[in-house]
Amino acid sequence: MEPLKSTPLSAEHEKLKALMAPFGGWQMPIQYEGIIAEHRWCREKAALFDICHMGEFLFRGDIVASGLEEVFTFSVASIPVGRSRYGFLLNDAGGIIDDLIVFRLAPDEAMVVVNAATIDKDFAAISARLSEGEFRNITAETGKLDLQGPLSRDVLAGALGPEIAAIPYFKFIRTQVLGVDAIVSRTGYTGELGYEIFLPAEKTVELWHRLLEDPRVRPAGLGARDVLRLEVGYSLYGSDIDETTTPIEAGLEAFVNFDKGFVGKEALLKQRAGGVMRTKVAFQVGSRRSPRHDYEILFEGERVGTVTSGVFSPKLGCGIGIGFVKPEAAVLGAPLTIRQEKVSMEATVVELPFYRGGSLRS
Amino acid sequence: METYFTKEHEWVKIKEGVAAVGISEYAAHQLGDVTFVELPQVGKSVKQFEVLAAIESVKAASDIYAPVSGTVTRVNEALNDRPEIVNEAAEDAGWVAWIEMADPAELKNLMTREQYDDYLKGLE
Repeated sequence: MEPLKSTPLSAEHEKLKALMAPFGGWQMPIQYEGIIAEHRWCREKAALFDICHMGEFLFRGDIVASGLEEVFTFSVASIPVGRSRYGFLLNDAGGIIDDLIVFRLAPDEAMVVVNAATIDKDFAAISARLSEGEFRNITAETGKLDLQGPLSRDVLAGALGPEIAAIPYFKFIRTQVLGVDAIVSRTGYTGELGYEIFLPAEKTVELWHRLLEDPRVRPAGLGARDVLRLEVGYSLYGSDIDETTTPIEAGLEAFVNFDKGFVGKEALLKQRAGGVMRTKVAFQVGSRRSPRHDYEILFEGERVGTVTSGVFSPKLGCGIGIGFVKPEAAVLGAPLTIRQEKVSMEATVVELPFYRGGSLRS
Repeated sequence: METYFTKEHEWVKIKEGVAAVGISEYAAHQLGDVTFVELPQVGKSVKQFEVLAAIESVKAASDIYAPVSGTVTRVNEALNDRPEIVNEAAEDAGWVAWIEMADPAELKNLMTREQYDDYLKGLE
């Protein structure tokens, strides 16, 4: 095992007495004040997350001639400069190597933002598919802070400048933050109005303090982030999706463009024609009991699948989860039993997202 | 009123043969935000160190064991709606159940507060 990496903010987390734990090869803050309190702060005010562990790659060159256009399940060439797009990097079998976002920085420039645990394999897979152009891993030199919550726009516009207020969802601007070049993007992982800020790693601590000076901002850890993302139904790579799961099984076909070429397309077309053996299902528990990763899913007395993510939802006041099941069990309203050695709970298949009240598009 | 503790971090306070039972402040802190407590049925008879109830937090699910044998005479219904009381006052308002003790001699199998504090130091 490689030693755990730490972000530029590790001393700040220590000062705040955060509970730290390994995540994706990094030592990360799980909670400060408490997961439920941090979750509420993000849904009601503005929460600040250290997301420096995520990976960033920079491409410079001709997007079509280099082959970049066929690397992902979505078209990069058609992303307007100043916009970003979410989708997948697949293997030949259609399995998800990673879910990621591409930012179109310029006609010949794109930034790829990937998950922490997958940085090395993503970089290798993408590099192997490029025939020309410059492709660099800029993770170490790039800091990333997420400010998420209904008050995040007012806070950021006040701290960084009024131009922030005009950024629409899935658009970004390149601007000066603390006197250096930065990217402020209207994206996130919480279902709330929010921003992801990319800046030079050495400026991260200063921005962290600047934003925390505002009484409307409090730090939140990966524990709250996991509850927030599951309430709005976002997948977590490594738990819900991985190389053995296709976007079709995961119900994420909307992020696959079949009008263009991409690695894994043939396998997906075959699956689309022949049907899937398992499919993603979302369910709500009839009590405050929490489903958890690896709990069994039963339908009509038969084991039909496995829970991949589960939490107690503070917003809904009950347990919620997603998992993968045989297609016959993935019917809206179907009664499921979620079971582990000692624990059993009744649940009902529901539509995603679980929580619809977020400020995401406000 | 004497308070005793188990190695599994339950506490018990005895008053006139009835034992009030809960989890220790240490256990509540370790669990983090408590989101669910499965209370036992009133009338249930339990044996010392066997499963009495279950508790869940955002982080984990675990069992609560009976510190003494006996019959459950009362449960803390307030935890159904506000399980976070366990975090706010684990050794007071966050009690889980009352057990009418079958055998007061069992208390010798438990730790006093002083012994429990030493036990916790050994866990650090």
